[in-house]
Amino acid sequence: MKKKIAPILSLAFMIVLSSCGNSGNTGAVTEKAIASPAQNAAQEPAAYDPKRGEGKFDETNVKLEAPDAARAGQGKAIAQTKCFSCHKTTTEKLVGPGWKGVTERRAPHWILNFITNPDPMIDKDPQVQAQLELCLVRMPNQNLSEDEARSILEFMRQNDGAK
Amino acid sequence: MFTKINKPSLLILSLVLLSAASCKPKSAGNAVSKDAASKVYVPPGKYDEFYNFVSGGFSGQLSVYGLPSGRLLRVIPVFSVDPEKGWGYSEETKPMLNTSHGFVPWDDLHHVEMSMTDGQADGKWVFVNGNNTPRLARVDLKTFRTAEIIELPNSAGNHSSPFGTENSEYIVAGTRFSVPEDGEAGDVPISTYKENFKGHISFVSVNKETGDMNIAFQLKTPGVNFDLARSGKGKSNGWFFFSCYNSEQANTLLEVNASKRDKDFIMAVNWKKAEEYIKAGKGKKQAVKYAHNKYDEQTHTATSEIKTEVTVLDVTEFPDIVYFIPCPKSPHGCDVDPTGEYIVGSGKLAALLPVFSYDKIQKAIAEKNFEPEKYSGLPVIKYEAALYGEVQKPGLGPLHTEFDANGNAYTSFFVSSEVVKWNIKDLKVLDRQPTYYSVGHLMIPGGNTKKPFGKYLVAYNKITKDRYLPTGPELSQSAQLYDISGDKMELILDFPTIGEPHYAQAVPASLLLPKQLKIFDINANRHPYAAKGEAETKVIRRGNQIHVYITAVRSHFAPDNIEGVQLGDEVYFHVTNLEQDWDVPHGFGVKGAANGELLIMPGETLTLKWIPDRTGMFPIYCTDFCSALHQEMSGYVRVSPKGSNVPLSFSLGDKPKKAEPAVQ
Repeated sequence: MKKKIAPILSLAFMIVLSSCGNSGNTGAVTEKAIASPAQNAAQEPAAYDPKRGEGKFDETNVKLEAPDAARAGQGKAIAQTKCFSCHKTTTEKLVGPGWKGVTERRAPHWILNFITNPDPMIDKDPQVQAQLELCLVRMPNQNLSEDEARSILEFMRQNDGAK
Repeated sequence: MFTKINKPSLLILSLVLLSAASCKPKSAGNAVSKDAASKVYVPPGKYDEFYNFVSGGFSGQLSVYGLPSGRLLRVIPVFSVDPEKGWGYSEETKPMLNTSHGFVPWDDLHHVEMSMTDGQADGKWVFVNGNNTPRLARVDLKTFRTAEIIELPNSAGNHSSPFGTENSEYIVAGTRFSVPEDGEAGDVPISTYKENFKGHISFVSVNKETGDMNIAFQLKTPGVNFDLARSGKGKSNGWFFFSCYNSEQANTLLEVNASKRDKDFIMAVNWKKAEEYIKAGKGKKQAVKYAHNKYDEQTHTATSEIKTEVTVLDVTEFPDIVYFIPCPKSPHGCDVDPTGEYIVGSGKLAALLPVFSYDKIQKAIAEKNFEPEKYSGLPVIKYEAALYGEVQKPGLGPLHTEFDANGNAYTSFFVSSEVVKWNIKDLKVLDRQPTYYSVGHLMIPGGNTKKPFGKYLVAYNKITKDRYLPTGPELSQSAQLYDISGDKMELILDFPTIGEPHYAQAVPASLLLPKQLKIFDINANRHPYAAKGEAETKVIRRGNQIHVYITAVRSHFAPDNIEGVQLGDEVYFHVTNLEQDWDVPHGFGVKGAANGELLIMPGETLTLKWIPDRTGMFPIYCTDFCSALHQEMSGYVRVSPKGSNVPLSFSLGDKPKKAEPAVQ
């Protein structure tokens, strides 16, 4: 579009310039636009590990310990505010898949990565993409803190009967 | 310009021919050089360099544009109800539009002032004025929402505002229409203007941390019309300068009767001195009535308080606060340069531009170099004693002046439709560029501060004809962007605005970007009717009030089926948006509601009041696209006759729930 009209416009301006003697100060164009975060984040390495997911968690910083009922209770309370609108604790799908068995299907650090950093994983993880084809709603980023995410993981373990 | 045009190429050709033939500066569209487009082009995925806050005039709102692209980024509702955002329709925002006259759904927003630290915009708040039912508002730049509105007593036509001191200690608001003081005292013959009509200037203090506003005191002045104002800065910090017209104190056919004198005044106010008198208890308490409205970010709810007292200082009783300076003729803009030394008074009916000197004003006061005759009992400094110099033949109808970083001033000329650049020191005209047409305010980023950024100038025009595609008798309002980085100004963009744009200010985007709030933390939500999770949703009856605690999340409401509402009930939908993700508001609309919609931000709770007018089935739905299943985000409310035996119940999915027992 821009290219097509450029010759016509430049011709037009040449006529204007020559007839009116407008000096048309051009002035150096300095930096007038700033990069948006989306643009900054555009270049990511293609390597994606579907076992680990993407985020700050991996095998080295997530170690499961004995079930912690108090922490699971906190996780349930957070989930009631932020998760249970879309997830049931059974296998039944609501907006998103049911939680039953999730800690058996997924590594703990994968779960933590996914619930704290869903968007890049929805874009890259083949199994999540398959899930998206069923649910058709991208899981929202609910801005969970690291601590909240760990509590929810503890509740998921309790829900799966971890011993 | 009304040549019949069949093809774009013909349009271009005709423009070229017109331009080439006439070379008149006012033929539309010839003043643009070929690289203009690249100067304003902000590629997809990039942000603009400046936020431009532009008054929305009689729309009552504040608009936000990106510069240099001219993209409209947001319309912030302030003084007028806004159905797009539910402003003034939700129960939580209705108190923001409360006044001593009750709920007033509209105003006329004129001027824009950024909060300042050391004479530079600090990016915390932007203040705006309501001209009609006198009000000041504070907009929070973290949320781009109106956080506070305060009504002004003893005022009418709050035009001369909001203008702030160099650390936003005060935002001042001068009355445009002098009127008798509020209350019964106002019931006087209009013909007694000269005896009974007074000007009041409100000094509104601003809490440095919270932004909370408070009318600290008012100055009672002679009955003139205050137009605009600027505080001193640097050396002149502690002083305020107000332009005033109608020094004739006429009250009819003002276009003639308020233009008789060759000179009106700039009123110089020593506000530090006034502050001292107030602290020493010299002000008089006066019984008045005005509303003070605040929005609480945690309860997501506004409160409106009616206040009943204001402290007034009659300046005629304190001879060292106020001095008049003659200024030709009907001064409009009154602008102080970045050094604080020069005060430009623009007589809108004058053919020259006087520049006053702060040092000379001080010297004249010290030497009592006054006119023999006082004005309404107050000293008038001799014109020549205050004058630094005059810009000769600058143009016709000077209105407003802003400054760049290089000692130059830029003045808008309404009658001759141009912006004129001149040097402050030698008062020589350096450049003039046409505007299209009848320019009012102009704005340079930081142009009213101690450190202007320069680079761009925006002209806000009063007339738009032939700039855009015609849209019937009313055309879009118009702004024009000039590159002022070179010696000569260069027009690089036209862009439409909401109308009518008056003053504006711009700050670098980098000042506001780090502060932006993306969501309201649901855990910090202290709304009394919040439902933090679907487990907390419920429907209760309280007499004839039904309170629905309802949540919204992609892609359903909870509950989505409600029965047992009866005719005669008032239904309150308290909708909590459970999302905690940026840019995912949910909307909420009810069929037949004599109200607006709600637009609820992530983590927020808002309330829609609905009084059903008939029995039947009333769908509710989400108005703001939220997901692939957005269309499915809906529900039903059944309304039965009064006294019906349908129990109050609600459900989501296959789990019907009985409502809690009626309360009270």
